[in-house]
Amino acid sequence: MSARAFDAEARGGRVGAGLRGGQRLLRRIVQDPMGLLGLTLALLVVVTGLFADGLVLYDPLKIDVPNRLADPTLAHPLGTDQLGRDVLSRVIKGSQIALLVGISATALAMLGGLSLGLLAGYGPRWLDNILLLLFDAIYSFPIVMLALAVITLLGPSLATVMLVIVVGYVPVYARLVRTSTLGVKNSEFILAERSLGARPLRILVRHILPNVVGPLFIIASMDIPVVITIEAGLSFLGLGVRPPAPSWGRILNDGYSFIRETPWIVIGGGLPLIVTTLGFTFLGEALRDTLDPKLRRTI
Amino acid sequence: MDASADPVLSIRDLSIDFVTPRGPVRALRRVDLDVPRGGIVGVVGESGSGKTTLILAAMRLLPGNAEVRGGAVLFDGDDVLRMDAKRLRGLRGRRMAMVFQDPMTSLNPVLSVGTQMVDIQYRDRDRGRPAKRRRAADMLRRVGIPDPEQRLDNYPHEFSGGMRQRIAIAMALLDNPDLLIADEPTTALDVTMEAQIIHLLRELRRDFRGSILFVSHNLGLVAELCDFVVVLYAGEVVERGTVRDIFHRPRHPYTEALLVCDPARLDTVRRELPTIPGDVPDLVHPAPGCIFADRCAKAFDRCRVEAPTLTAIGDGHAASCHLVGP
Repeated sequence: MSARAFDAEARGGRVGAGLRGGQRLLRRIVQDPMGLLGLTLALLVVVTGLFADGLVLYDPLKIDVPNRLADPTLAHPLGTDQLGRDVLSRVIKGSQIALLVGISATALAMLGGLSLGLLAGYGPRWLDNILLLLFDAIYSFPIVMLALAVITLLGPSLATVMLVIVVGYVPVYARLVRTSTLGVKNSEFILAERSLGARPLRILVRHILPNVVGPLFIIASMDIPVVITIEAGLSFLGLGVRPPAPSWGRILNDGYSFIRETPWIVIGGGLPLIVTTLGFTFLGEALRDTLDPKLRRTI
Repeated sequence: MDASADPVLSIRDLSIDFVTPRGPVRALRRVDLDVPRGGIVGVVGESGSGKTTLILAAMRLLPGNAEVRGGAVLFDGDDVLRMDAKRLRGLRGRRMAMVFQDPMTSLNPVLSVGTQMVDIQYRDRDRGRPAKRRRAADMLRRVGIPDPEQRLDNYPHEFSGGMRQRIAIAMALLDNPDLLIADEPTTALDVTMEAQIIHLLRELRRDFRGSILFVSHNLGLVAELCDFVVVLYAGEVVERGTVRDIFHRPRHPYTEALLVCDPARLDTVRRELPTIPGDVPDLVHPAPGCIFADRCAKAFDRCRVEAPTLTAIGDGHAASCHLVGP
């Protein structure tokens, strides 16, 4: 391997890598069949979400009662629901909600977990103890129980769902970051930086942060489909997105009562969930394998 | 040691405990040490003798369970152990810097060497990034890294151990400090690298006119590099003097034993290397009397009841032993 290729290789393993590193990373993922499948499925969902408004055939909220519970036809590839709304259009529009919740809630939770984890890991001992107690307290609630409690108090809405997810996931990420921070904090290069006169904040931001974000990104990317499933689950139970907004969970709920007569609605709501979950999970696994040199199969 | 009027670093009567569940470990007891301006002082001692504690105290980088029981660390007359955080930061990196034992772990693995070297010049607000980068490259060239402009973009794992230690030295010397503290800087390196690093340190002393406090358990290196030597045993200074005094006229039985045990100084090939019998004493409950008495071949009754004090023998040469005492 030439020296230049070696440089790129080295950077490929780092978060915040340059363009060359990014290209190399992409090539690696594509070379792995599961990675390619994951990337394709995830891209399919993301593109659908981004261009949902252009892709829908009908207004996903338009009610057409005479045409209710229609079987699939060319005009309505997935049929219509109990109010005569086009299921395919609702599914396409639903990807927007799924992505909005999946990506923004995960990102917010990551941000919160990162700050609190760094604080707990690098801050004073008493603060660490308090934060840990807090994390454990939240962590000990099953997320659905937490959701039920919060939603009862605040009322069901998209914002409440996101709040529940953020609150539920911050402790998970914070614990991860705290543990890595504790490991990095005691390494010799931190002592070396201190011996050169660096302030605590500089050490935290310049030296500890880059060392702990890598694993966090991987874990968080693999949590996106889980978060989407939680949103769908809550919406299915009527605790999430308010009708008539077309969340996949809502579509499942709409179709659930008519599963014997028209299974299309349930299939329409369930299939994208499966596709999204599989896609992001495969992609996350490929990403993890690529970024972790120990799991890398090719040099 | 020669009372050279104005030492850069002067450690006075320093005692440090480590708080442990078993009770306080008396890691350093009444240690005195001077680093004269432009001089290289070596600290030798076996593992656990308090070498690292001593230099961490000098930089005030002691871990949280360390407790300074008494004494002072005077840098240019100011007590490092008692100054406020701001002045301390002004001292660290600027006027005193440190090189660590293991070059594999003393650089941040996820930042390029250039980033790290530019980053630690943050105090120069009025200079731009290109200037700082040039300075970093200059420094790398001085410590013998070929092609420094390009190498600045490399990450630590792309360098060999010897190169990394050179980089660590370059980082420590960026601000041209008055005192460089080196904690066994060659222990993790092979013999050829070791020789090169020692050679480098000697050259650097000539160029930068700074002082070096060099800690090692390798007697050969100390003899090679240093002007003065302090022998540390179980947290106490047992003997100090010039390199010539320590290596040719050792007076403390421990120093003598240490020299006999140095494999590099054996003149005949033997199957078994000589050792000092016994173990390092328990520092939670140090016995009364001389700390070395248990392992000393020349110990007599007085050694077990009365602790000897550091007694001057000649110009700058002193040993803590009843045999040299009055």
